[in-house]
Amino acid sequence: MEVKLKIRRYDPESTDMVAHYQEFALQMDDAATVLDGLIQIREQVDGTLSLRCSCRAAICGSCAMKINGEAGLACNTKIIDVMPINGSPITIEPAGNMPVIKDLIVDFQSFWTKIKAVEPWLQPESKQPVAEYIAPEEDMIHLAGVVSCILCGACVSDCTVMEVDENFLGPAALAKAYRFTRDPRDASDDKRLSVLNEYGGVWDCTRCMKCVEVCPKGVDPMSRIMMLRERVMENGHNNTNGARHANAFFDSVKHSGWLDELKLPIKSFGIFNIKAMLGLIPLGIRAQLAGKRPPIFHKSIPGAKNVRKIFEKVENK
Amino acid sequence: MIDHDILIIGAGLAGLRAALAAKENGVDVAVVSKVHPVRSHSNAAQGGINAALTDRGDDWRDHAYDTIKGSDFLGDQDAIEIMCKEAGTEVISMENMGAIFNRDEDGKLGTRNFGGQRQARTFFVADFTGQALLHVLYEQILKAGTRIYEEWFVLSLIVKSGKCCGAVMMDIKTGKIEVVRAKAVILATGGLGRVFEPSTNALICTGDGMSLAYRAGASLMDMEMVQYHPTTIKGSGVLLSEAARGEGAYLLNSENDRFMLKYAPEFKELASRDVVSRCEQTEIDEGRGIDGCVLLDLRHLGEKFISERLSQIRELAMDFANVDMVKEPVPVMPGMHYQMGGVKADINGETGLPGLYAAGEVACVSVHGGNRLGANSLLDTLVFGKRSGMHASDMVKAIQHTNIGDSEAKNDIENINKLLSNDIGESFGQVRMDMGKGMKTHLGVYRDQSSMEKALTLVENIKNRTGEVYVSDKTKTFNTNLLFSIELGFMAECAEAIAFSAIERKESRGAHTRTDMPNRDDANWLKHILFTKKDATHEISYKDVVITDWTPVERKY
Repeated sequence: MEVKLKIRRYDPESTDMVAHYQEFALQMDDAATVLDGLIQIREQVDGTLSLRCSCRAAICGSCAMKINGEAGLACNTKIIDVMPINGSPITIEPAGNMPVIKDLIVDFQSFWTKIKAVEPWLQPESKQPVAEYIAPEEDMIHLAGVVSCILCGACVSDCTVMEVDENFLGPAALAKAYRFTRDPRDASDDKRLSVLNEYGGVWDCTRCMKCVEVCPKGVDPMSRIMMLRERVMENGHNNTNGARHANAFFDSVKHSGWLDELKLPIKSFGIFNIKAMLGLIPLGIRAQLAGKRPPIFHKSIPGAKNVRKIFEKVENK
Repeated sequence: MIDHDILIIGAGLAGLRAALAAKENGVDVAVVSKVHPVRSHSNAAQGGINAALTDRGDDWRDHAYDTIKGSDFLGDQDAIEIMCKEAGTEVISMENMGAIFNRDEDGKLGTRNFGGQRQARTFFVADFTGQALLHVLYEQILKAGTRIYEEWFVLSLIVKSGKCCGAVMMDIKTGKIEVVRAKAVILATGGLGRVFEPSTNALICTGDGMSLAYRAGASLMDMEMVQYHPTTIKGSGVLLSEAARGEGAYLLNSENDRFMLKYAPEFKELASRDVVSRCEQTEIDEGRGIDGCVLLDLRHLGEKFISERLSQIRELAMDFANVDMVKEPVPVMPGMHYQMGGVKADINGETGLPGLYAAGEVACVSVHGGNRLGANSLLDTLVFGKRSGMHASDMVKAIQHTNIGDSEAKNDIENINKLLSNDIGESFGQVRMDMGKGMKTHLGVYRDQSSMEKALTLVENIKNRTGEVYVSDKTKTFNTNLLFSIELGFMAECAEAIAFSAIERKESRGAHTRTDMPNRDDANWLKHILFTKKDATHEISYKDVVITDWTPVERKY
């Protein structure tokens, strides 16, 4: 089949140092992957095309890039699956949220720094067992779902928070952190959770689901972050906007059957947080003008009692 | 110029294990790798790691015998004894460092069956054991704060007065060239799969370490012993782990016949890899294949079991063969997978060239002899990686750096400039493809005199073409075009060593199966073949196989 690839090129040594798009037309097998196409270009058409790739089997994590605007591994993306129906080319760009070095190669330095920041090594109690640690198979199978992360950076590339906040640890590092908090052999839960509770940690995720969508290994980073939030709160860290937000949300629905949108931000930030309260005023005005201000007196919905019963049932379970 | 006590080249399992051992021993160690450590090819080991744990009623002697028999009695028994004795400690220490491993009902490490072994002694993390172990070692390296030169490419080793005393390397990101002075250099660069096409190996497996060592004067050993894995996907050559058969998968021919029952009545699909690959090839050659393949059938294992223990290979089969193994059998064929041969090394990783060590697939200790058992490669990397790191770190404490300077980079700079100055010529891709396809055709599962003579002609032709390739990228930043052209030179040298060693061995043993000499000949060939640089050409010599307790017998599965 004929395949058109439109590739974002960037050569830092060029005189203008400006990125541009270049289109290639190739003859490919029906079963070919995007990586097959890129390799064909660099081996037969244009040797200057630079990209990282190695295993060709979705295990080394080298070839994450944007394919039609969304991060994925070139090696396990079939051309036929991403070819636009209207005949326009497949767009190939470097992974996002990291500086481009050349063509499809990005600088992973910030990625590795964040991985290292979560102290990603087992921290057991000082006494080592004489043989292996005894650990339940279910726990290990659960961990295998996170350990299977190949650190390709697809989630980081498309993370909508990292796009605006460089400080966020991001889905890959947080999933890695989760893996240790859930390891029955690790003894530094308290320390790990209190660090993850800080700015840049678990509360900065906006739950946009992008990392879940683009992860090529089904690691499901966002759910791991949500589970970390629960663990953080269970561990007594309730003094953050995030924890207060979760608690306020919970209380409102439990008691009235629906969300009190007026109280939610006040409770999340804390009423004595003058700066945040003042910051809410423009939002309030805009909501008022748009006719979207939540009611000042929040009433329970009919049947709120039943909602409360559901909560109580779940809580006592 | 940069100084380190020990420079380790390669950041897969062998390299990182060596680095940890050396660091614990209190010396200044640095690791250089052309890719980030977690991108290394150790990742690709799917099935597991072997160890005979006494508390499971297993015995290292049984593991040793299975390994020796698997090697077709070409493995050195002293080295195999060490590997099998130390296996338990290594597996447990990986677990203690954080490797998760699947468990048994009591929460202890669980095992699965693997080929060529009479006991289930393969410990595993689903079907991505290599990746799980590599990431754990990387975590430990981060914790230890070991210096890593990631995405640096080693161009040559420095040898002065018969001693290896450093290396010349290039920062891939900037093109900057540095001389590293080291009291010891440990090669842990992995295999050479890309010499063949197709291969299960990653694109980075280009035989760099074997060629670097050969050029520096160390010997290559048993290079004719190239493993063809029985279950690879047609076309791409992507691997489907032996774990599939370990967990009970069948091999079927076009007549729906479990043909392994006929060839290996006792071990069936779990005979050693050379045996299974030959049987598949025979079935295919005799017309009972399907488009050059046989079928790997897992349907009877059920979806739950497959998704818990073999999820990755299920995905691979979907992605690369378009088959869901829960519903349909997967077409598979023998494919080039592993190099048993490599840089001749002893039980401490010493290569014979003072100051130069080798561990892992790049080395030939020899624990795999004529055929490696599945799940012995991870073990090899850890045991001999650690031993090399320990031995080298003891050794460097007593010696001084050799007096060398930045001028050591002169040859490499000239070579690069020469490559960059070519204005016309073939692309490296064309030359590699011709080499790979030719090597696969002439040095496949079955060989004979005439095919191997063709291989010799091929390698001569390839060698002449490697220096003349056209590098179209003239920049300094991430010039992968230049790197591949340098790697091509490494690969051509490996191909030459393989072809010359193969034609030298006048018998059939392990993976080296000659249709014109179908029998093993212990009287004349119970010995290793060494391939060493001599002036502008090479010389062949021999080394007797070390036999301790196990006398060679006929091999039956």
